[in-house]
Amino acid sequence: MKKDAPHIGLFIPCYIDQFYPNVAIASLELLEKLGCKVTYPLGQTCCGQPMSNAGFESKTTDTTSKFIRDFAKFDYIVAPSGSCVLHVKEHSPKIDKLKKNQEHLQANIYELSEFITDVLKVDSIKGSFPHKIGFHASCHGLRGLRLASDSELNEPVFNKTLQLMKDLEGLEIVELTRKDECCGFGGTFAVSEEAISVQMGKDRIADHVDKGVEIIVGGDMSCIMHMQGIATRDKEKIQLMHFAEILNQVIS
Amino acid sequence: MSSKESILAAIKGLNMEEKPLPEIPDFAVASDLVEAYTHSLNANKGTVVSKVELEQMIADTGFAKIYSSSPSFASYSNCEVPQHPADFADLDLAIIEGQFASAENAAIWLDESNLDLRAIPFITAHLVIVIRKENILGNMHEAYQRIGATKSGFGVFIAGPSKTADIEQSLVVGAHGAMSLRVVIL
Amino acid sequence: MSHPENATVFLKDKARAKWHDDTLWIVRQKRDVTIHQIPEWEKLRELASQIKDHTLSKLDFYLEELEKNATANGIKVHWAENAEEHNQIIGKILDEKKCKAIVKSKSILTEECHLNPFLEEKGIEVVDTDLGERIIQFLKQPPSHIVMPAIHLKKSDISEIFHEKLHTEKGNVDPVYLTHAARLHLREKFLQAKVAITGVNFAVAETGEFVVCTNEGNADMGVHLADTHIACMGIEKLIPRRKDLGVFLRLLARSATGQSITNYNSHFRSPSPGKELHLILVNNGRTKQLAREKFRNSLKCIRCGACMNTCPIYRRSGGFSYGSTVPGPIGSILSPGIDMKKYSTLPFASTLCGSCSDVCPVKINIHEQLYEWRQEITKAQGSSLKGLSMKLANGIFKSPLAYRISGKMMRASLKTLPDSIIYNPLNAWGKGRNLPDLPSESFKDWYKKNR
Ligand code: SF4
Repeated sequence: MKKDAPHIGLFIPCYIDQFYPNVAIASLELLEKLGCKVTYPLGQTCCGQPMSNAGFESKTTDTTSKFIRDFAKFDYIVAPSGSCVLHVKEHSPKIDKLKKNQEHLQANIYELSEFITDVLKVDSIKGSFPHKIGFHASCHGLRGLRLASDSELNEPVFNKTLQLMKDLEGLEIVELTRKDECCGFGGTFAVSEEAISVQMGKDRIADHVDKGVEIIVGGDMSCIMHMQGIATRDKEKIQLMHFAEILNQVIS
Repeated sequence: MSSKESILAAIKGLNMEEKPLPEIPDFAVASDLVEAYTHSLNANKGTVVSKVELEQMIADTGFAKIYSSSPSFASYSNCEVPQHPADFADLDLAIIEGQFASAENAAIWLDESNLDLRAIPFITAHLVIVIRKENILGNMHEAYQRIGATKSGFGVFIAGPSKTADIEQSLVVGAHGAMSLRVVIL
Repeated sequence: MSHPENATVFLKDKARAKWHDDTLWIVRQKRDVTIHQIPEWEKLRELASQIKDHTLSKLDFYLEELEKNATANGIKVHWAENAEEHNQIIGKILDEKKCKAIVKSKSILTEECHLNPFLEEKGIEVVDTDLGERIIQFLKQPPSHIVMPAIHLKKSDISEIFHEKLHTEKGNVDPVYLTHAARLHLREKFLQAKVAITGVNFAVAETGEFVVCTNEGNADMGVHLADTHIACMGIEKLIPRRKDLGVFLRLLARSATGQSITNYNSHFRSPSPGKELHLILVNNGRTKQLAREKFRNSLKCIRCGACMNTCPIYRRSGGFSYGSTVPGPIGSILSPGIDMKKYSTLPFASTLCGSCSDVCPVKINIHEQLYEWRQEITKAQGSSLKGLSMKLANGIFKSPLAYRISGKMMRASLKTLPDSIIYNPLNAWGKGRNLPDLPSESFKDWYKKNR
């Protein structure tokens, strides 16, 4: 670790903590391997997103205040989830008492791949990953944080997450028919609009399966959990992974 | 209070802060305007034809009722503008002059100075519009600059024949209006 | 019925639902292809957005300007506070003309005002002349899409209704054949009609003119053959200058269908000699929406339908599932402003994926407004069941101990509960999806041991 390395607070969304510890471990180790000083504040809970998206933003002031107190002391806050980062940045309610801290937090919270490309200025990770993958761009990272160009806008093409993987030996990234359509997770949408949610997930998986993809790679475990749930139920052979797991596995 | 008063009062009561009105800048246009125009018209299911091709077409099809207000094709006209537009319901072909066109989308501007009757380009079975090469402009911004503050009671941009895709998104030409659009560039 | 219930029904016919999804996706793709041919596309969207923002911020001024200039041109301008008054104004004009049959071209506003039933009640025959509109009128259905009103129907459905109404050959599903039959049928109606009604795409304050865009030419066929033209517009359809049309006409058709422009774009400034031209300016709740700051800019909408074509929910649930005049994403932010209770499920019929906001040619932040409506709706609903469970969850998340215990309990109980309970059909998650495999320890436990 570099001596003057900035101090990063690792934010692990609640369902990753409970269901996907390996993704959290990979995120932590990857940042450490890239020379960062990383701390996981043990008291952390949730950013409040599920409640806000369900229409209860006003009821999340306590959760939000706690989040600010847990993380404001770090130089940067990094999370392996675009969706939660977007929530903290844009949708968490204003806490007047903690105004300065909240502003610091909102200006310095990053999704993992954008932190690596934009703050650590790493162009790409070297290594080998001989697999055929499809990339699922999760909507909140894509159209909220602008982690990549989307198919709707007429803008130069870029993708911060795939940029990090572009030099991996043997990696084949498949072009999907619907490049960045939503997988249908959508938080409470997954249960309140169950029928459409599942149909969207099936369609998203089918697009990858049709192209002979081995692994669907994404940056938001909520979307992956939803698609994995459908793939398992439908006995699809396809695998799903968070990009942090791949990068942490290949990096020397 | 009249509805006008109540609507205006409701808006005024909001005391909205005025937002700025942007100026519209110039944008680059195609270098070969005739080529770009032809391409756009084809996409809209119209076709560019030469004078000779048009004359040949008229000779081949033997249309019974032809109306032309274009001096270049005056000799083909065999009817007068009727009192009531419904009397043009059996018009086979109309040949009219367009003022100018926009290459980006093939739209041709016509106003009342080109239309002896507003219904003509719509009611005719087939439509021919004649434009001058030098009157092909780059885009719609240039077209509106050309229109400027003219005061015609009616004006229209026509960019193709009448068409629809309302049945399972299959494109069908000739919904209600002209079943074909040919453009002669002189 | 609520949106999720309607959507579930729609998805039951798998083949048809997939066809609907694919068909609209193709329209979205056509849009993508065209917009990439315009390097200044994003600049145009920004201009359009600013022009509309500006107009809305001075709407009273521009409305008066429009009225003044239109009146000077010989247009008779009327104001309607609501749908009823709009219908009354039209009814009165028709009574004066002793008119018993009208032709109408596509207008979402007259749909919103329920003009057709009003006129039919008065014994007036209303003929919708847009092909798609005519089809659904035969079927007594509302439009399921604002640009492609019959997009939910297959050609076999259309063939059937045409066979019944227009006596076309039974079983002939050829779109060319069917369109031609409609052409002959509607021509007759055009030639007879004395009054034609149209909507308005844009009205220009500076010149007092208004613009109507169609591909079929049905609006023009109607108005140029009739003696009286009645045009109906919502008060938000205004733009300040004629040259602003350059921006909007470049955006509208490209966004709607991927065409570079609609084939007919008619500018009406004054009536033909001896004829009459009426323009009705309709409020019907628009000033209320204008007053809601968070939702004000939904009034920038130019009704291109792009947000519907791109919406993964709309494509998989169909326009009728929304139960509102304007369906899809824009409908879901407009309708709660009209009746929050009735349309309370619409803002939740979204994953907030944001695709709608990025295709919108006037840059309405549709998905952010969906989020905002959710906040309004839950506030108005008070402590519903969902509200309580969410408060409970908030309580858990605010206390790390409670969170850890409940997480542990959740993991423990998932392990011990039989699959039949977890995957009970009443459990919405488990109906079509498995739950993740459970790790032996949480990250928090791992971290405490390893760091
Ligand atoms: S909201 Fe935007 S995309 Fe949707 S119909 Fe209106 S203008 Fe088009």
